[in-house]
Amino acid sequence: MHLSKSARYVLALLTSITLLFIYVPLLVVVINSFNPSKTFSWPPSSLSTLWWSKAFHNEGVISALMTSIKAGVGASVIALLLGSGLAFAVARYEFFGKETISLLVVLPIALPGIITGIALNSAFRIILQPFGVGLGLFTVIIGHATFCIVIVYNNLLARLRRVGSTLEEASGDLGADTWQTFRYVTFPTIRSSLVAGALLAFALSFDEIVVTTFTSGAEIETLPQWIFNNLFRPNQAPIVNVVAAVLIIGFALPVWLSQRLSQGAPAGGRI
Amino acid sequence: MKDSPSTITDVPNAIRLINLVKNFGVVQAVAGVNLDIVNGEFFAMLGPSGSGKTTVLRLIAGFETQDSGAVEIDGINVSNVPPFKRDVNTVFQNYALFPHMNIIENVEYGLKVKGINKNERRERAVAALERVQLRGYEKRTPSQLSGGQQQRVALARALVNEPKVLLLDEPLGALDLKLRREMQVELKELQQQIGITFVFVTHDQEEALTMANRIAVFNHGKIEQVGTPQEVYEKPSSDFVAGFVGISNLLHEKASEQILGKKGIFSIRPEKIRFGHGGDRKTSGLVKEIAFLGSFTRFSVELAHGDRLVLLKENDGSSEIDSTVGALVQISWNSKYEFQVE
Repeated sequence: MHLSKSARYVLALLTSITLLFIYVPLLVVVINSFNPSKTFSWPPSSLSTLWWSKAFHNEGVISALMTSIKAGVGASVIALLLGSGLAFAVARYEFFGKETISLLVVLPIALPGIITGIALNSAFRIILQPFGVGLGLFTVIIGHATFCIVIVYNNLLARLRRVGSTLEEASGDLGADTWQTFRYVTFPTIRSSLVAGALLAFALSFDEIVVTTFTSGAEIETLPQWIFNNLFRPNQAPIVNVVAAVLIIGFALPVWLSQRLSQGAPAGGRI
Repeated sequence: MKDSPSTITDVPNAIRLINLVKNFGVVQAVAGVNLDIVNGEFFAMLGPSGSGKTTVLRLIAGFETQDSGAVEIDGINVSNVPPFKRDVNTVFQNYALFPHMNIIENVEYGLKVKGINKNERRERAVAALERVQLRGYEKRTPSQLSGGQQQRVALARALVNEPKVLLLDEPLGALDLKLRREMQVELKELQQQIGITFVFVTHDQEEALTMANRIAVFNHGKIEQVGTPQEVYEKPSSDFVAGFVGISNLLHEKASEQILGKKGIFSIRPEKIRFGHGGDRKTSGLVKEIAFLGSFTRFSVELAHGDRLVLLKENDGSSEIDSTVGALVQISWNSKYEFQVE
């Protein structure tokens, strides 16, 4: 495409402004995590790692982080199992109600989190509590899985449709049984989209707060909940900056990785 | 049916299809096909797209399951046997090479899944690559090869398994004309060397005539005619076959009655008709079209009853005919070259 010189300058300017909007606040957070002042006086008078060492010794943070990781891993594993099963069924077989099922699976990602949250909360209390299962990590994992499934499903479905079934036919033709075909042909061609789907699902679960609030109960606290609860406490607020800085770095890598792996396949995202 | 050696010898047919039927929804793709393919044949299934030829191939390979009828391979009923247990291998239209494996791994694949040890399968795969003239390409990936080379890898990958029958689905369809001609010759030689039965699907009548020992002409899910290239070309059994294989000149009722003194529809091949009075059938018409085709010139002559006959005249310098469009010309042919199609 050919653009005039002025059009290119305008585009460059708009792009720069957009990037600044996104990344300047992140930069401020990272810098503030090294700001020794409790009130974040700006610009920082000096740089210190005081809050970093405090953060690593703060039990609340560590336990919230572990809870979030457990919830994310749990939800991703469920999403991988159920989402890939569904994607295979929809991509490879014809059955009654296929389109409806496809829609029902994708719907949760579009529903407002608060609706999903309320619905899950009522359902858990009515169905699970009589069996002695209270709100906690287990219910958070199930809550997150409802929308993580979509991510895996969409990623894998796009890949399966693009690859088609000819390679699997060729494998069967050459004498491979169903398991060998899956192991040597199907899995290698979908592996990267599974990894990308799982990474995205984990990221979504990790930052979820609305559904989490309705499904976590009083016993546990995920990292976003901890941040939310401590942001305005004078002694804890600086630690929030440290946590944010760690997460920015900790998440840039896997997101970049998942983007490379999915190679432009639609991910279907709620941010 | 003309030749079916299984009745003469005890060797079972490579392929036998019995009353094969396959529907896709309301579409009847294969509408009752009976066919015997003899051991060692180079057999072509020829027909326009949608005629059911590819579906028949997929039924033989086992990728589709027939609604009724049976498929026998080497005398054994395999109608309900999955593809991986059938002693046939397929060369796919788009080759279907595994993109995440290199060339040697692709060729070895069939041997690997059958549990053949590493040394033997490497040896056999290298030999198969040698046969298709692709030694030295072992470590490349499929995407690094040209279409013609990928085609050869697909051949090697299938042949390394030494199948009873090799199935080829429009094997040369994706290649350019020159390469296609070369591969036609090569495939034919390869088949003669190794003696495996080849069954190939094509919509290209020239390809079928050039390569096959016998041809089945498909139309609307049925076989219209089975025969040698000569039989199919010289004695087409129907209007459709006459039209699909080669150029056909049809004489409809009125022209037949007047020129031949017979009832029905008759066909004469273009190269059998001459200008002048050489043959025992004589008529005249107006030249409507003249097309120079290099070694031939093609004339289209319209007869009194509206039927058009195409004539091919070799440009060998002997021609005294110097027709122009609109000229009235005398044409003739020998009555032994006309055949009734309806």
